[in-house]
Amino acid sequence: MMSALLSLHAACAAPWGNALLEDINLQLAPGQVLGILGPNGAGKTSLLNLLCGATALTAGEMLLGNRPIADWSVRQRACAQAVLPQQSSLNFPYTVEEVVLLGRTPHATGSSVDREVLAATLEATDTCALRHRLYTQLSGGERQRVQLARVFAQVWRAQDAPLRLLLLDEPTTALDLSHQQLIMESARRLASQGSAVVMVLHDFNLAARYTDLCLVLDQGRQQALGSPKDIFTQDMFREVFKVDVTVNTHPAADIPLVIQ
Amino acid sequence: MSTISAGSQPASRSARTRRVLLALYLLLPACLLLALSSGAVILNAGDILAGLAAILGDGEANQATVIIGQIRLPRALLGALVGAVLASTGAATQGLFRNPLADPSLIGVTAGASLGASLAIVTAGGAISGYLGFSLVSLGAFLGGLLTVAMVYRLAQSGSGTSVATMLLAGIAVTALAGSIGSLLEYHASNDMLRRISLWRMGGLDGANYPRLLIAAIVGGAVLLALPRYAAALNAMLLGESEARHLGIDVDRIKWGLIIWVAIGVGASVALAGTIAFVGLVVPHIVRLLIGPDHRSLIPACALAGACLLLLADTLARTVMAPSELPVGVVTALIGVPFFISLLRRRYQYGMQ
Repeated sequence: MMSALLSLHAACAAPWGNALLEDINLQLAPGQVLGILGPNGAGKTSLLNLLCGATALTAGEMLLGNRPIADWSVRQRACAQAVLPQQSSLNFPYTVEEVVLLGRTPHATGSSVDREVLAATLEATDTCALRHRLYTQLSGGERQRVQLARVFAQVWRAQDAPLRLLLLDEPTTALDLSHQQLIMESARRLASQGSAVVMVLHDFNLAARYTDLCLVLDQGRQQALGSPKDIFTQDMFREVFKVDVTVNTHPAADIPLVIQ
Repeated sequence: MSTISAGSQPASRSARTRRVLLALYLLLPACLLLALSSGAVILNAGDILAGLAAILGDGEANQATVIIGQIRLPRALLGALVGAVLASTGAATQGLFRNPLADPSLIGVTAGASLGASLAIVTAGGAISGYLGFSLVSLGAFLGGLLTVAMVYRLAQSGSGTSVATMLLAGIAVTALAGSIGSLLEYHASNDMLRRISLWRMGGLDGANYPRLLIAAIVGGAVLLALPRYAAALNAMLLGESEARHLGIDVDRIKWGLIIWVAIGVGASVALAGTIAFVGLVVPHIVRLLIGPDHRSLIPACALAGACLLLLADTLARTVMAPSELPVGVVTALIGVPFFISLLRRRYQYGMQ
């Protein structure tokens, strides 16, 4: 196995004094896509905040590359890691192009490289037709795709950083079916080029199809970690999500299919 | 409205930005010429050139050269500098607060400066002329502005950094406090002091002279050179503070730096020219409407447009009821308020929310 790009050992986080995450253990290699799943309030966003540095570690260890997370400067992390928050508060009339180019802020690669990355990420998110539109006049799904293009642009090129980590909080919530697939395939393509991807998801079938590993959280604790095929069991759904579901095998691929 | 339809399809936003900047670079000398030529005595271009030449040391002194050299030139240049500082600090404040309707006075600097000036007028009579024409009133205003901002910043600080939302509320509280202390002072002031306080508050460039211009050039120049260095960080901060942090911006250092420069710039402007309303609010708004929110071009364009607006407003203030003069702050507010209300009502049409 390749050396881990991101690893957590007995990690805990307790912002504002109350423990939101306890004893998280995780290893993620370059090229892997990890899905974080769990009921509402389970700590999915808290885990993403811990991974991106917004929340501090209160116990345990977290390594990015082979270095403790505290050894990374803000700038170094920004070159290596991009974060898509659940919501965006941007309400200034940037054009779509301008928003996506903001993703290149940490890099000093010059405008011709930035334009290439811009073109590629607009393509990867199907936002080429929107490029001259004002962000504030877009629909929710269109905004989501533009923000995705921005974070893709931040970690698009392998040569810009020693390692690449993409953290996405519910990247597909506002998207229609075809754009969900497009975004997931674009994320997979980034992974196939050596980046690691972590995403909070609510759709198990999307997770089954596009992730290598899934981490199921409940009340801040890690309930299951493994491939979707191994951990998407009726028992897990009953225990963690308190629902009865049928888990079949997908007719077209060797992945689980969760039927409610 | 044509600017709105053009704003919704900015296919050539960068070309448009270049055109607007070029137009402003041409407009500024035109406004300067207009300010130099208008007044009780109307001067033509030849008089102005002769006047400028006389200042540089050659050419004989006559009535025109005295009017240009001693009265209109320092006043026009002071107005241009104050306008440039107010508008560019306004753009920076709106970016910092991520609110296109914010204004430098939000952080308490204007109210603090007013109180400082009132205090100087009431306690010392304001008669003592300080160093380099920087009277005690001006000094009181400048220090008052800086002190209030320091107070607002401290109030907004917590363990996890500085919250701009808290800063805004602290600004409102400190502004109210400064206002009530000011009223208390006025209650005990004599009639003569009251008149001077209220005149000072309306703002004006009539006290312009070369020592004041020198101070404005040093302080204003420093602010105008410093602000563009924050442009890239401000662009990222419009996305949100945590997003900016993820883009490698040291958000707390940027906030602190910007607050200091805004306080120095606005404090000095208020000290030299009184409170001049709406330049810091309306100019960034109009310029953003034309060229978009990219601070790399927004800040210089605002500086140019602010200089032009204040030159025009002051020319109007001097001429419209000549020989008596209106305070320039009254003119900018009279132009600014209706404009601001129309912006407020139409903000959805051009992508503001």
